[in-house]
Amino acid sequence: MMTSADFNTEDAGDLFAALATDEGEVLARLHDRLAAAAQRDGVLDVGYRTLETPVGTLLLAATEQGLVRVAYPREDHDAVLAKLGKAVSPRILRAPERLDEVCRQLEQYFGGGRTAFELPLDLRLSTGFRRAVLGHLAEIGYGTTESYAQVAVAAGSPKAVRAVGTACATNPLPVVLPCHRVLRSDGTARGYVGGPEARQTLLRLERAA
Amino acid sequence: MLRPFEEIVAEHGPTVLRVCRAVVGPVDAEDAWSETFLAAMRAYPELPESANVEAWLVTIAHRKAIDITRARARRPIAVAELPEPPTRAGRKDDWDGELWEALRELPDKQRTSVAYHYLAGLPYREIASITGSSEDAARRAAADGIKKLRVSYPPATSTKGATR
Repeated sequence: MMTSADFNTEDAGDLFAALATDEGEVLARLHDRLAAAAQRDGVLDVGYRTLETPVGTLLLAATEQGLVRVAYPREDHDAVLAKLGKAVSPRILRAPERLDEVCRQLEQYFGGGRTAFELPLDLRLSTGFRRAVLGHLAEIGYGTTESYAQVAVAAGSPKAVRAVGTACATNPLPVVLPCHRVLRSDGTARGYVGGPEARQTLLRLERAA
Repeated sequence: MLRPFEEIVAEHGPTVLRVCRAVVGPVDAEDAWSETFLAAMRAYPELPESANVEAWLVTIAHRKAIDITRARARRPIAVAELPEPPTRAGRKDDWDGELWEALRELPDKQRTSVAYHYLAGLPYREIASITGSSEDAARRAAADGIKKLRVSYPPATSTKGATR
């Protein structure tokens, strides 16, 4: 039977309080060292960081193959990471270095100095027709828009207009794969994964540049 | 579903650091922590979801501590050449001075039993399976260890004064 003495850590608290000396600082250093070692040993399946942008704090996550996920705050970053843990691997660490190039290009884009992304992408979160739609999104030029119907034709299924909407709504790489450039045939916007304001911000940015 | 490993590091990193500090001391604590979490991350996808994560991490840390201690014993000259750790000995609230001096004097079984019970909160049954002894022996080792520490590392007088 478990007695209270079995879990009595308080009575020795005065003895061991000193073991926590400088803990926060040391743990921050150890975390970075772990991320670097995991990267070196090929066990960092997903590395992530956040980036402050004009459309809010974006979560950026990359596998060894490339950028796998961009997520808006309204998608709930913790929930997105939990889903990545299930869909890709639970070996996930905050590892900003892996996203250095992604951040550089995103900052150029938001500064108006970049019109296309040149990044390795990992599209494993999207399959079938949705993936075909994502493949076409990158071809919609900066500062231009297309209708869902046009994208359906380009993706090889002219009647799949509704499915194009779903593909855009579940785009794992918003901003980088520009689903914000896909509008209704009458030019009005449907729901956007980052919210209507984020879409307006991106379209305005691209028109101004 | 296994949680992202980042959460495991955030939740258990501090406890594992204290355990490593108490078991292997100032020079090797950070290496022990790093090797523990790297090995844990490697094995993580196969961890049963029902597993006690802290006990699992302490088990790995225990093995890493043994590896480090053995490697150190094999390289006595190299150890002597290691740079001195930042020493703050003399300040009662630092761990790598008097507290480590006192912990180092304990036999291994006592030091590990004390660390795994009082720092990681593991029950003696679990500690026995990690250190390869019996539950009773682990309980005795921890009690003996604490008793010795009370003598060799008495609590700071300032803390006592504040509570009186």
